[in-house]
Amino acid sequence: MSGTYLGMPAFPEAAREAVGNTTLRGNLRHATHTIRAKRATAVAEVSDWAELREAGKRIKDHTLRHLDRYLVRLEESVTAAGGVVHWAADADEANEIVTQLVKMTGESEVVKVKSMATQEIGLNEALEAEGIRAYETDLAELIVQLGKDRPSHILVPAIHRNRGEIRDIFAREMSEWGRPAPEGLTDTPAELAEAARVHLREKFLRAKVGISGANFMVAETGTLVVVESEGNGRMCLTLPETLISVVGIEKIVPTWRDLEVFLQTLPRSSTAERMNPYTSTWTGTTGGDGPSTFHLVLLDNGRTDTLADEVGRQALRCIRCSACLNVCPVYERAGGHAYGSVYPGPIGAILSPQLRGTGSEIDASLPYASSLCGACYEVCPVAIDIPEVLVHLRERVVQGGEVTREGNKVVLRPAKGHAAERAAMRAARWAFTHPGALRTGQRTASRTRRFHPRTLPGPGRAWSGTRELPPVPAEPFRDWWQRTRGGKDGDR
Amino acid sequence: MNSRERILGRVRRALADVPRDDAPYEQAVSRDYAREHGQRSVAQTVELLAENLADYRAIVHRTDADGLAGLIAGLLDKRGAASVLVPPGLDEGWLAATGVTRVADRAESTPAELDRVDSVVTACAVAIAETGTIVLDGSPDQGRRRITLVPDHHICVVRVPGQVVSSVPQGIERLDPARPLTWISGPSATSDIELDRVEGVHGPRTLEVVLVGQGRIEST
Ligand code: SF4
Repeated sequence: MSGTYLGMPAFPEAAREAVGNTTLRGNLRHATHTIRAKRATAVAEVSDWAELREAGKRIKDHTLRHLDRYLVRLEESVTAAGGVVHWAADADEANEIVTQLVKMTGESEVVKVKSMATQEIGLNEALEAEGIRAYETDLAELIVQLGKDRPSHILVPAIHRNRGEIRDIFAREMSEWGRPAPEGLTDTPAELAEAARVHLREKFLRAKVGISGANFMVAETGTLVVVESEGNGRMCLTLPETLISVVGIEKIVPTWRDLEVFLQTLPRSSTAERMNPYTSTWTGTTGGDGPSTFHLVLLDNGRTDTLADEVGRQALRCIRCSACLNVCPVYERAGGHAYGSVYPGPIGAILSPQLRGTGSEIDASLPYASSLCGACYEVCPVAIDIPEVLVHLRERVVQGGEVTREGNKVVLRPAKGHAAERAAMRAARWAFTHPGALRTGQRTASRTRRFHPRTLPGPGRAWSGTRELPPVPAEPFRDWWQRTRGGKDGDR
Repeated sequence: MNSRERILGRVRRALADVPRDDAPYEQAVSRDYAREHGQRSVAQTVELLAENLADYRAIVHRTDADGLAGLIAGLLDKRGAASVLVPPGLDEGWLAATGVTRVADRAESTPAELDRVDSVVTACAVAIAETGTIVLDGSPDQGRRRITLVPDHHICVVRVPGQVVSSVPQGIERLDPARPLTWISGPSATSDIELDRVEGVHGPRTLEVVLVGQGRIEST
């Protein structure tokens, strides 16, 4: 995964910087609290939420456990419906395939609907290097792109920007990319949205190539699904002559019927709506309606390595609803950029180090970017036990062990004395100097955990050194955590 | 080895722990969730559809077969529409009372041409009450996906109660995945600026849904 932002500091430093930025904190706090409250209401409306969640979890688990079979099936059905399927083992290969496909059309610009997979592989930059300009069309992505910025949230990538900042970005940058912002643009959301509408419309109407991701792919029928609000997705999926979709291999569901589960849980979990304004499904090509050429690029880029980890593979169930971000006390204070990848928040803390490995300082520190309070698990519509995976990954960072990288088994050395350990210690210290991040919520200690370290992990030593704790006995990490945390920070 | 083989090989090796006799799909996936939420009469389901559509800022109208043409003419008139896009299989009678210039849904039309049309009138495939959603499936009375996207004003006619289901599972059951589907819940909207909801970024900013009751006109 080529998604590490260049020069990215490890989580603790990035977080410390973000916490000091009061505008960012204010924007984030307002946003996450608003979505969080609305989401709870939307979920309470469905009496069978627990059953839907269980069904979603099982559908995804079953699919992952037989992923080879479903991938082959999907390839057959997409091909039968008139699409062309490509396989990309890593980011470079995916970028190469897409670049070639665009070049074959003779076009030098494309419109894009927001897609995490293409962000993950750095597609826009790769296209740019080949002289192809990619226009992001989701309003928030447009704000990010015009602001020469990075997304900070899965669902609302410009959540860290307020209306005044957005106005300034539009007024300053729009003319560089096409139709300038209107004279005297104010900062009312309606005017800003109108400016974006007019700016992007001229691009939609002339676009010959569209690039998308997908929320789901149905193996049985070859159907792809995109869930969105603004209609920019519909524009990109129907107006161009050529459509290229880049989708992670974990996005499959076996049958058409499975969508009945996710089309109930995804909108409520993400935007707290009964249903998002627009959902588009397409199966190959349809004569005279929509693109006449359809390419599907199936992306691995670390997903099979993640699949090889029996504890960590559950992260591949993620449907990118972003509910876990909005409840996370660490995310709320640190902001999305601190995670150093396109996947921020709790899901990013377990997904990025698995997709990329824990070799870099930022990836080694990510499993520590959490208070283990468990709120992320509670809200997750596919019941990913994020704390379990975090603890598992901490164990890996500190103790080393066998992991799969690019399909090969390698033995990771313990990170003792390594940059990763220092990063982890700093992360722990950061968490302890922000007790609010730790105080919020608490998981029941009764759940047994896999983490029974033979030696005390590095952070334990660091804490006992700086916090004047009594010598820490070898006991389950969680019990130890609860006890020491409760003693030092005091539950009020 | 090509990438297809490489990826499938990696998947298979990664799943070495999964037993060969792992539970098949039918057993592995529990379906204990509800087919619909709550008990409602047919009339109540239609009422819920109207409520949820309105809650998501679609404008809801109700009429019967005899009133439909007059209502649609009135809506176009009120909007000041000078032209209206018409899918090929739309019931002739629906537009019988309006003199607004008709634009045919043709494959050759450029997006820029569509952008100059004021309104579009379509039927739908199914409407889902619990979520306030109408679904279009590209049938002749609904036309190509883009005609309900580019014009700023969409009037969608739902035959009630025949086309109304309660829930998403019941909707999925009725739909054909081989067709390109567009699910619409209210007008285009964004909440990207400080989470303030703004209607209409790229799709139609005004969605009017006409619920046509008993004694309906059958489409030809
Ligand atoms: S981990 Fe769960 S809660 Fe978080 S984004 Fe993924 S599906 Fe949503």
